[in-house]
Amino acid sequence: MERDTHFILGVYDDEDVLLHAVEKVRGSGVKIHEVYSPYPVHGLEHVLGYKRSKLPIAAFLFGMLGTSLALTMQLYMMKFDWPMIIGGKDNAAFPDFVPVSFEMTVLLAAFSMVGVFLITSNLKPWAQPRIFDLRSTDDKHIMAIDIANNSSLEQEKIKEILTASGATEVNNKSFE
Amino acid sequence: MQKEAAIREPLILGHKTYHDITEDVCRPIEDKAPKMWYTLFGIALIIGLYGVGCILYLLGTGIGVWGLNKTIGWAWDITNFVWWVGIGHAGTLISAVLLLFRQKWRMAINRSAEAMTIFAVFMAGLFPLIHMGRLWVGYWVLPLPNQFGFLWVNFNSPLLWDVFAISTYLSVSLVFWYIGLIPDFATIRDRAKKPLSKKMYSILAFGWSGRAKNWNRFELVSLVLAGLATPLVFSVHSIVSFDFATSVIPGWHTTIFPPYFVAGAIFSGFAMVLTLMIITRKVYKLEDYITIGHIELMNIVIIITGSIVGIAYITEFFIAWYSGVEAEQYAFINRATGPYWWAYWSMMTCNVISPQLFWIKKIRTSIVATFALSIVVNIGMWFERFVIIVTSLHRDYLPSSWAMFYPTWADVGVYLFTFGLFFTAFFLFAKFFPVINMAEVKSVLKSSSEKAHK
Repeated sequence: MERDTHFILGVYDDEDVLLHAVEKVRGSGVKIHEVYSPYPVHGLEHVLGYKRSKLPIAAFLFGMLGTSLALTMQLYMMKFDWPMIIGGKDNAAFPDFVPVSFEMTVLLAAFSMVGVFLITSNLKPWAQPRIFDLRSTDDKHIMAIDIANNSSLEQEKIKEILTASGATEVNNKSFE
Repeated sequence: MQKEAAIREPLILGHKTYHDITEDVCRPIEDKAPKMWYTLFGIALIIGLYGVGCILYLLGTGIGVWGLNKTIGWAWDITNFVWWVGIGHAGTLISAVLLLFRQKWRMAINRSAEAMTIFAVFMAGLFPLIHMGRLWVGYWVLPLPNQFGFLWVNFNSPLLWDVFAISTYLSVSLVFWYIGLIPDFATIRDRAKKPLSKKMYSILAFGWSGRAKNWNRFELVSLVLAGLATPLVFSVHSIVSFDFATSVIPGWHTTIFPPYFVAGAIFSGFAMVLTLMIITRKVYKLEDYITIGHIELMNIVIIITGSIVGIAYITEFFIAWYSGVEAEQYAFINRATGPYWWAYWSMMTCNVISPQLFWIKKIRTSIVATFALSIVVNIGMWFERFVIIVTSLHRDYLPSSWAMFYPTWADVGVYLFTFGLFFTAFFLFAKFFPVINMAEVKSVLKSSSEKAHK
């Protein structure tokens, strides 16, 4: 059977039932394709076994880039390219460079982190997401199981596991 | 699993289910707008268009159409600028600072407070641009290579810091707000019946499907953005206050300005949030989400920040006396007893005395009183900026240069314009965007609803 086309969906009403269900389903050897929720469920990434995201590292590195760019720019413009004598003071007036450097740090860190988030999560205005169940953005948590990935198990067996774990509905869903 | 103490007031009233939240928030977007909406939107649009006329006249004629003179070179324009920036501080404070402090009550109000912030900062940004008189050379404030012999902008100037601070604040707030909107747009997309709205919301939703992996990253992005936005909020109004504090004008040259301006900004921002929220919750019947409890908490923030502002006013006076600098002392005595005494005492009454009424529980939980006082606070905060700017300038060093400021119709027109544009934008937001962050409210429904507290 082809991958990524035929799925079994478990529909859950409650976030706490869902968290235990993910543990139980994974414990019985079923591989979960993904869980879709209308709101963030805390702890779901742990029970699904996802690694910690590296997004904050990207934000930190770009923030540092922002600081260095801002300092270099100000130093170049004020000290080297067009030095102006203001009250006989040093042209490299670092305390005066703090506000702009800070703002540039925040700007680059924030924008880059959001950019990396959108790219890695494949979020873009023209993206056509695969909707397993329209209620997954309203009030239901949907656990999708790729049948091809669990070929060692009978479909009926998977459905039994889902029902036993507290799913209120178990459906089939196929994509073209 | 989230736990909450049973003695806490529930955040969501009326036994709501997850689906009820979706219904309640999406209904105004999916239904036809009420007559009231068209009326208010029309009024705002007309005022905005009148203001556009005023601005075009001003740009065509020059800023001489304002009441400025050779002594008072900054008046209503910069007053309005600082006033709008101040108002634009509440949204990011609510969504970022309260997120870091894990204050769950922010969730029902952060969306519209942030929208208000973004529109207010836009209005603020217009004033320095208009004040240039030659709007089309506005890009000269940026450090761009140019044909003037590579003459750069001056990085020692707080006015330039302002350019960076305001534009960073505006763009980061906008991104923060939009990221939060993506999951809610997906909800609207999945409910949409008409092909056009389905298409529009599917573009706005960026293809969000609610994957656990995406939610995980989404939460992390929100947290880091909040961490970045928190110092940003404080930096922006500090830098605005540097516009005055780093000058040598008596009455401006005070080190207390940054914290005092930040407290004032939060004070006026919360007042504006209350003004808008009380109308929104009524028109959209969101009383179960934006409860009296929310209003009371915001009123407590208003008492605290209002008192900080009050202490700052008194400290300024004390330091002026204690410094022994005659010019400084005169500037402050002139504020309270000079020709602008009425502005000073309006400020004192509106900002320091009247918010103290919120110590009485009956007043801070009354919607009518809160609404009235929120407007009083905003009037007071406008006067505060007017007092700081105009009374410090109008008695110049030479008595022969002493002058008074009289606003012209162009001053009033440009100020009204920002109101028109601000409310036009807010009404459009309230019609087409979800005014409550559905996903966040749903995430606390289980722990903070009325049912959970029974």
